[in-house]
Amino acid sequence: MSKGSPISPSLMAAKPAAPVAPAHTQGRDAAAAATPSAVQGPNKVVPPTEMLGSAAIVRSLEELGVDDIFGLPGGAILPTYDPLMASTRLRHILVRHEQGAGHAAQGYAMVTGRAGVCIATSGPGATNLVTAIADAHMDSVPMVAITGQVASAVIGSDAFQEADIVGITMPITKHSYLVTKAADIPRVLAEAFHIATTGRPGPVLVDIAKDAQQSKMMFSWPPKIDLPGYRTVVRGHSKQVREAARLIGAAQRPVFYVGGGVVKAHAAKELRELAELVGAPVVTTLMARGVFPDSHDLHVGMPGMHGAVSAVTALQQSDLLITLGARFDDRVTGVLSTFAPGAKVIHADIDPAEISKNRTADVPIVGSVKEIIPELTSALREQFSSAGAPEYTAWWSVLNRLRETYPIGFTQPEDGLSAPQHVIKRIGEMTGPEGVYAAGVGQHQMWAAQFIKYERPHAWLNSGGLGTMGYAVPAAMGAKVGNPDRVVWAIDGDGCFQMTNQELATCVINNIPIKVAVINNSSLGMVRQWQTLFYEGRYSHTDLNTGHNTVRVPDFVKLADAYGCAGLRCERDEDIDATIQQALDINDRPVVVDFVVSRDSMVWPMVPSGVSNDLIQIARNMTPEWEQED
Amino acid sequence: MARHTLSVLVEDVPGVLTRVASLFARRAFNINSLAVGPTEIRGMSRITVVVEAEGDLLEQVTKQLNKLINVIKIVELVPESSVQRDHILVKVRADAATRLQVTQAADLFRASVVDVSTDSLIIEATGTAEKLSALLSVLEPFGVREIVQSGTLAIGRGAKSMSDRALRSA
Repeated sequence: MSKGSPISPSLMAAKPAAPVAPAHTQGRDAAAAATPSAVQGPNKVVPPTEMLGSAAIVRSLEELGVDDIFGLPGGAILPTYDPLMASTRLRHILVRHEQGAGHAAQGYAMVTGRAGVCIATSGPGATNLVTAIADAHMDSVPMVAITGQVASAVIGSDAFQEADIVGITMPITKHSYLVTKAADIPRVLAEAFHIATTGRPGPVLVDIAKDAQQSKMMFSWPPKIDLPGYRTVVRGHSKQVREAARLIGAAQRPVFYVGGGVVKAHAAKELRELAELVGAPVVTTLMARGVFPDSHDLHVGMPGMHGAVSAVTALQQSDLLITLGARFDDRVTGVLSTFAPGAKVIHADIDPAEISKNRTADVPIVGSVKEIIPELTSALREQFSSAGAPEYTAWWSVLNRLRETYPIGFTQPEDGLSAPQHVIKRIGEMTGPEGVYAAGVGQHQMWAAQFIKYERPHAWLNSGGLGTMGYAVPAAMGAKVGNPDRVVWAIDGDGCFQMTNQELATCVINNIPIKVAVINNSSLGMVRQWQTLFYEGRYSHTDLNTGHNTVRVPDFVKLADAYGCAGLRCERDEDIDATIQQALDINDRPVVVDFVVSRDSMVWPMVPSGVSNDLIQIARNMTPEWEQED
Repeated sequence: MARHTLSVLVEDVPGVLTRVASLFARRAFNINSLAVGPTEIRGMSRITVVVEAEGDLLEQVTKQLNKLINVIKIVELVPESSVQRDHILVKVRADAATRLQVTQAADLFRASVVDVSTDSLIIEATGTAEKLSALLSVLEPFGVREIVQSGTLAIGRGAKSMSDRALRSA
């Protein structure tokens, strides 16, 4: 007799039945015994050695294979900064604000695929990390944040620089720990890295009381990970994969809806093989730009609020969405009830909670796309060999016409100033696909997503879910530390840049020569665009006075100079290429380029907020002509 | 909206109740009752939550709960295949004139008197929510002075154990 009914079959996947453990490892030990390799790094055996908790933190990070850390010391983490100074393995980069450490850790993680590490003190140090932690949580970035905490005896007493950072970050972390005993440090850190980097990646906070750092403990390695409630399904259910293959075989207008999960899973190669086998159009979301080459014939663009007409329409008119590592975010779907109304949905995701969260999946597949995609490919290959490969001639003729008629483009501004889109396009063309591009949030972010051609994953970094202004400079800094041999651009706005530009000091002092393009339209451009379109041009508090014909506070060239960066300014179309070239030629220090551009340029296409994606506009009050599809 | 009883097996670590409760709070679920206590396995606690929710939304929250690292397993216990009990202590006005009537009423519900004073009694009762509410309505005319009630406890019928299966698969 069944005693309890599980909530649904898909829930079962969340906590799956692993093979029954041998009798001698019954109970909680079974988990650790079944996964000996859960501790990342070389798993070097360190016999029990007495040391302080602070030294154990440093040693654990070393044993976990960590190379780079971004942080800023303070009272409650001070004990740990002492052995950190002596570490030859760990490179600690002293930031100027903890938020910078957090975004740098994100940028580092995004280009390397390894967990980014940031460290801060208690109270304000920890709360300054909150934005970056929330950002990493929304965008599934593997990150471990280590914070000092006041001594365990005074926790809860409003001690100096005390903040309940575990409580504050509970809804924005994948998991969090408060460590009050030194002996727990190696296990907790090993678990934190395991949780941050496996399954759906995310941020893990480890808050360590000062007395735990200061007391003696016996350090040994590897520690035993004990996570009986943490299981990730990696392999997709083979029956579901076969069902997905069957739906693909029957579809007339399928679309690969590809999200950031494919980047996180390092499954670009597998995706390409599958897409080429099927021959269906591919759209890459804001988080997935580059995971499928923009230059590929099958790529029809980025979907969403500022997506290409071809990509938005492909989803809207599709009869089958092959959703891989995407989450039906509202910026992609528009009004959910009107999104892709005729489509069945295959949804492959490693996080079972994403499946049928926003859009009900007809074929849910829980697992890693790294495993699911090849399984789907071989199922389809077999199916096509007997039933024949599908042809989507009619579907492609619709999409090709849209792609040719409504390419992403822009008009020259009427005020005689440069078009921001042109600046960004040229940066992409002159730097090439081997570069790394980190954007802030707003118009420049959308243009950087639209006008730079991405050919490889891990080349495009942005704050997609949380929309954090100020992400670009510290993220670019982290990316440059992770990929020192690549050209790394921060494509930033004049508003964003003023939120985190203090990290230029970090870049100069630590020889991290990033390039910053400030797309300076002298305003909070995206908000201004909405004011133009939806608030009768009443520009309430969006003027920043940094651009053309203003007092230029601050003067970005002087600011760059004050930080010891190269500062360049470009105000005319004819100087754009030469200025970009000059920036590309300077590699001994960071470069800041003040690209003075028009404030009237707007991001198009656009689906206005609150309406169906069918009402996409290619310019103000202009919708594409649909008749020919019918 | 339907009422659902969820049994959540969790690691007994600090903050686990906060993590579970805050997930319900974020989606504005009303928790009707909550009961937490240790289980037969050291280090494991079991939370019984009764919530009112639409099926789809409950499924989403349950999936989110499953993502919590300290949550081992969740099952919904439906009334037909589970035993569900509440526990109540009621302080009732009862003097020499009414004491007998109150104790007789308690007897009818197999409730017991656990404290007596000159003008009050404390009655302890266990049962389904319906039975306890019937008891309360019988006691009401005498003057109920104070009520304290546990959250619902629920366990599946039959030989199988939720925690056994959860740990074997963990």
